[in-house]
Amino acid sequence: MEIMNGGKALMKALEKEGVKEVFGLPGGANLPMYDELFKSNIRHILVRHEQSAAHMADGFGRVSRKPGVCFATSGPGATNLLTGIATAQADSAPMVAVTGQVPVNMIGRDAFQESDIIGMSNPSVKYAFQPRAVEEIPEVVKKGFYIAETGRPGPVLLDIPKDVQQNEAKVTFPDEVRMPGYHPWTDVDMVNIERAIDLLLSSEKPIILAGGGTIISSAFAELQSIAEMLMIPVVTTFKGKGSFPENHALSLGPIGMHGHAEANKIMTEVDCVLAIGTRFSDRSVGTFEEFERNLKIIHMDVDPAEIGKNQTTQVAVVGDVKASLRVMLKLLAKKALKKSDGNNWLKHVNEVKDYWRENLKLHPGEMSAAKILRKLREVLPKESIVTTEVGQHQMWASLFFDAIHPGTFFSSTGLGTMGWGFPAAIGAKVARPDVAVVDIAGDGSFNMTENSLATSVLEDIPVIVFLINNFSLGMVAQWQRTFYDRRMIGIDLKKCPDYVKLAESYGAQGIRAQSLDELGKAVKVGLNSDVATVIDIPIDPEEDVLPFVAPGTSLKDMILPS
Amino acid sequence: MWAILSIRVENKPGILFKVTNLFRARNFNIDSISVGVMENPEFSKMTITTVGTEKQIAQIVKQLDKMIDTIEVKRLDEKKSVYKELALFRIKSNVESDSTEISKLANTYGAKIHNGQEGSLIAELTSTPDKIKAFEESIKPFGILDSARTGVTAL
Repeated sequence: MEIMNGGKALMKALEKEGVKEVFGLPGGANLPMYDELFKSNIRHILVRHEQSAAHMADGFGRVSRKPGVCFATSGPGATNLLTGIATAQADSAPMVAVTGQVPVNMIGRDAFQESDIIGMSNPSVKYAFQPRAVEEIPEVVKKGFYIAETGRPGPVLLDIPKDVQQNEAKVTFPDEVRMPGYHPWTDVDMVNIERAIDLLLSSEKPIILAGGGTIISSAFAELQSIAEMLMIPVVTTFKGKGSFPENHALSLGPIGMHGHAEANKIMTEVDCVLAIGTRFSDRSVGTFEEFERNLKIIHMDVDPAEIGKNQTTQVAVVGDVKASLRVMLKLLAKKALKKSDGNNWLKHVNEVKDYWRENLKLHPGEMSAAKILRKLREVLPKESIVTTEVGQHQMWASLFFDAIHPGTFFSSTGLGTMGWGFPAAIGAKVARPDVAVVDIAGDGSFNMTENSLATSVLEDIPVIVFLINNFSLGMVAQWQRTFYDRRMIGIDLKKCPDYVKLAESYGAQGIRAQSLDELGKAVKVGLNSDVATVIDIPIDPEEDVLPFVAPGTSLKDMILPS
Repeated sequence: MWAILSIRVENKPGILFKVTNLFRARNFNIDSISVGVMENPEFSKMTITTVGTEKQIAQIVKQLDKMIDTIEVKRLDEKKSVYKELALFRIKSNVESDSTEISKLANTYGAKIHNGQEGSLIAELTSTPDKIKAFEESIKPFGILDSARTGVTAL
């Protein structure tokens, strides 16, 4: 037991959790904790907007699978964090967000920079704490980290009133915490795994659908072993991109609104799907009713509330998907079953795959999305980490950039938060300084958090921004062209700013690439650079993302390029 | 479909808000809600009645179960549990004959009559929601001036 103030108790508790970096921005209500941060061994990475702090913590968390930590002050600091917190919640990313709050006796009096962040954040956090006494701090930090990183991960908010940061008290740091209502892990469900195997083996046209949960539980090897043992083709959700090597013979790539043509085509033909760690987002499945027609679904997920939420399942296996897949593998090995790789279903799948890989019509011109993203794949080392912004470029990345090494592709898939990719790339680079990190960006989205260039340059966290620039809010423009008879409104960004000059003004490197050759060279320069590199790649603003499954329609109604 | 959910939660501030906010955010209905501290003051019991399809109710139970503040979520079987609600009705009663008639009805339903303000009576009935509804219909012709219900509680 030691006497210390709340700020110091917070830093000690964070250090005990192994925190080495926090992303944040100080203000009136979190000054006492910043004063203790100054005295601690934790590195502070200063952002220029709190939203970016949350995205950096999110990127850090997804890559390291440990909660990323972000700090903000009360009121606007806290509300600015909220978009980033909601993004982490939608994509099940581990995060601990720490906000300052007005002193306890001022709460509820509409004090300066007071906002009810506990109330505001409620549907968008996994849990939130507001310690009212210094003594509570070690326990809420311990609980916060435990909740954020176990089971289905998510963001936890610690909202600490200023006087609780300042006051001194005797504190103890618990080794264990008790939460009677929280049971993140369940035993492996042997009975249903057996049933799943029977169903899978009795089906004629099976497929594996790997979702983001496969990446979160790092079940890469298990997924690949099962697919190879049974010779079952693998599709992924968009969030599951990177769970299975996309250059693998059994890979068909992502399904969904902008899924691969071959993946969507095959998905409409299958009779049984082994769905791993997915919540069956509308963006992945199109319409729920049509998706499950004539389809038997085996659903493996750590979150029991996902079973039956969007799709009806025949067999549900609740639990950590890595543990479940391991058991499944063992049981399959005992059965010593091996489907021959000459089976008719796989032959048909390969025919469809080969057809679409050869015959999908691409946008003309040297600098089409497909060509520039394939060029990036060619020059980028396979272990590099890629994040994306949100928009057309993101869907092109899904279509034309193959994720090969496990867990190297991250995107804001659930909330679809523009501005996510660049700060998330910075967070990813902090987690993995040994590999290159590239943000595949669009101009509209990069625009939203481009001031993180200051953080990247001044904190010496170099990443590459691969900016596919169509001088517009391209996805909105595409929908206006497709669904609103070309009544274009609110989409023209008018070539402003000049991204090369913008990068240079922050002390970063700006390169404009107008040919594939220049592009390849620019990426190589970026890979060897000590500072952030923004590669501005102008493209045709009229290029659409195709194939396209229009909202509210089913995968079989996919629109193909004409 | 009508369902009775019995939820044991930690007795801490803010949990009622979180439970009701979950219903709102997930597009579920709350038909009635009642909350009280349990014999162990660490816990409170919430009883929520809700209306939805079988699938929706199963999903509500799972989402409530997922909440960290809920210790136990049970869907009660109507046939195997006792579920009651307390209702109070202020009924217009200006003439002697009305008051006699209301007392008779109250007797039939097992309601207690309290003296209300001038020209009115208060009927107190503890029963199931459908019996309360039936009683309400029977006294409607006299004129219901005000009413209050606790929501169902159940074991």
